[in-house]
Amino acid sequence: MSAPALHELQFVPASEFKRRSATAVDDAHLRQSFRGAMDFLIGKRAAQFPDPAALERQRALAEQIRQYSLARLPDLLEQLERTLTDNGVNVHWAENAEDANRIIIDIAQRHATRLMVKGKSMVSEEVELNHALAAVGIEALESDMGEYIVQLDGEKPSHIIMPAIHKTKQQIARLFADKVPGVAYTESVDELIGIGRAVLREKFMSAEIGLSGVNFAVAETGTLCLVENEGNGRMCTTVPDVHIAITGIEKVVEKLEHVPPLFGLLTRSATGQAITTYFNLITGPRRPGEKDGPREMHLVLVDNGRTQAYRDQQLRSTLQCIRCGACMNHCPVYTRIGGHAYGTTYPGPIGEIVSPHMLGLNATHVLPTASTLCGACGEVCPVKIPIPELLVRLRVEGQHDAHPGRPPLRGQGAAKSALVDAVWAGWAALYTRPALYRAFGWLATRFRALTPSQQAGWTFSRTPMKPAARTLHEMMAARRRR
Amino acid sequence: MSARDNILRRLRAAPQGPLPSPPDVRGVQAALAADRPASTRAERIALFCEKMAFWRGEVVRVTSSDWPQKLRELCIAKGVRSLLYGEQGAHAAMLRTAGIVGLKPYRRPVEEWKAELFGDTDAGFTATRGAIAETGTLIVWPDADEPRLLSLVPPIHFALLDAGRIHDTLSQAIDEQDWRSQMPTNALLISGPSKTADIQVTLAYGAHGPKELVILLLVNEEELP
Repeated sequence: MSAPALHELQFVPASEFKRRSATAVDDAHLRQSFRGAMDFLIGKRAAQFPDPAALERQRALAEQIRQYSLARLPDLLEQLERTLTDNGVNVHWAENAEDANRIIIDIAQRHATRLMVKGKSMVSEEVELNHALAAVGIEALESDMGEYIVQLDGEKPSHIIMPAIHKTKQQIARLFADKVPGVAYTESVDELIGIGRAVLREKFMSAEIGLSGVNFAVAETGTLCLVENEGNGRMCTTVPDVHIAITGIEKVVEKLEHVPPLFGLLTRSATGQAITTYFNLITGPRRPGEKDGPREMHLVLVDNGRTQAYRDQQLRSTLQCIRCGACMNHCPVYTRIGGHAYGTTYPGPIGEIVSPHMLGLNATHVLPTASTLCGACGEVCPVKIPIPELLVRLRVEGQHDAHPGRPPLRGQGAAKSALVDAVWAGWAALYTRPALYRAFGWLATRFRALTPSQQAGWTFSRTPMKPAARTLHEMMAARRRR
Repeated sequence: MSARDNILRRLRAAPQGPLPSPPDVRGVQAALAADRPASTRAERIALFCEKMAFWRGEVVRVTSSDWPQKLRELCIAKGVRSLLYGEQGAHAAMLRTAGIVGLKPYRRPVEEWKAELFGDTDAGFTATRGAIAETGTLIVWPDADEPRLLSLVPPIHFALLDAGRIHDTLSQAIDEQDWRSQMPTNALLISGPSKTADIQVTLAYGAHGPKELVILLLVNEEELP
């Protein structure tokens, strides 16, 4: 089996996760932004699900739809390709980020593209399309308000649903005044949105290509569904002459009737909305006689490590995800460190279980440890992904060689350390040999005065650990003698 | 081997457990609704209006005879100087009788008049295919006569909705209207004017699409307020 080429992280290496977390935790503004926004989203979501029993039935149905779709994934992808092709959509397949970027650049160059306007697409962030386009002189402009703000400041999204959640309105006011020509400083949110609207409307008119993501792809009808509030997704998929949609291979469902249960849970879990302003179902380019809509449409289906998760029954559940972000909203670690500390496109609990497949465990083995295993992520997941179990599984895969008979994950065993292995080997030797254990206990209690007062991370905020004067065995024996 | 073949080969090589049974969407939804009696027309109208108001959509009750005049009054009240519409639509002839100032048909392909559409069009008028009460949502299927951008680019969107076509849920609308055999190039669900909360979770309307959504709800005389 040929392993897809490793995709280099251009943003910040995940190995520096701990350093970035420490910096984030020290940033009072950042913590205030995330705490406030997450509390708000948690409350809004909870208000949408007043009846726990009804929620459980909806989650069970959504889980079943996703599991059924994944079980039939190769068939459904072929069916989707057929129906889309019949509808006049060009379907492309990309094994990795490089493939995806090359396909899109080819299309763009064929149309002599200078400007591509983008609706919100996490997969395009995942493959770092904007970098690839910039390298060949094509401007890629984000048109989702949050993404536009983040791009204007040379950053990446810190949340998959609310990309600019880490910024205060004062920071955004300053950014607009500095970077948008002819704009005065204003902290009015309505005015700031008005500025974005005016700038981006010009761009929708002049862009040669519009790019979007996909929330659900329906195999039976060849329909691509897009969920949004702003209308920029509709602009990107309607105004330019060419529309390119990009999505992970896991987003396909068999039937149109499978969409409403997933859609209903997606918006309620994500932002606590019963529905978004727009639900945009696209089933092909402009037909003869129609007066708008793209004349040419493409869909790029991206693997980028998803088939690695797919081949393992437990890890496959990672692909059930519908990208609502509820797991990050409810994660105590995410709320404190924010999205940027992770260094990956997808932050929070879902990022911790999906990134190792995209980037390899060598780059990401620390991420599954960024969890207290409190279980909140698994509890709120609308498609019932057992996230805590997957975190533990990935920790194990990072520390050990592959289980016999299982193909190794990319970067399998990357977190192994000779020191840690030696410590555990020593511990195992002590605890399986009674004589050795008693000798160790005797030495530790008799020489307790030699215990160091500085004990690595432990004494940072605690008093040093010191063995007792006598071992438990000795104390029990003494008590029996009395 | 192509990327397509490689991806499909990897998927097919993966170990498969027993195929889960197909999801019974209708069964589960029926069970969830079991404790509620079937809704009446009046209840669907009331729920739709309540939910649409929550999304900041403005609902105006009209009748089949007075709606063009009501639309004309709304246009005057909102200072609309140009109203874009589809001239072959089922309601076009009626609309033209009202004497609305600045009525203009969406006649040419968008490429030929993009600047005018974006810069000099105050409002758009479309029919709807129905609505969803549960979420306060319009169903709009753009076509050759009422193109996609008619409900997106002008700052005000007027939508005509027949109160008899309000469905309880999206699933029911899809079933009862038999979407799967006749999907148009673009089908839309619209719940209120365009909005965003991307700046400090503060809600702002008119992000990229219409700043106002006005629904002309076609009701019987006795259902008027």
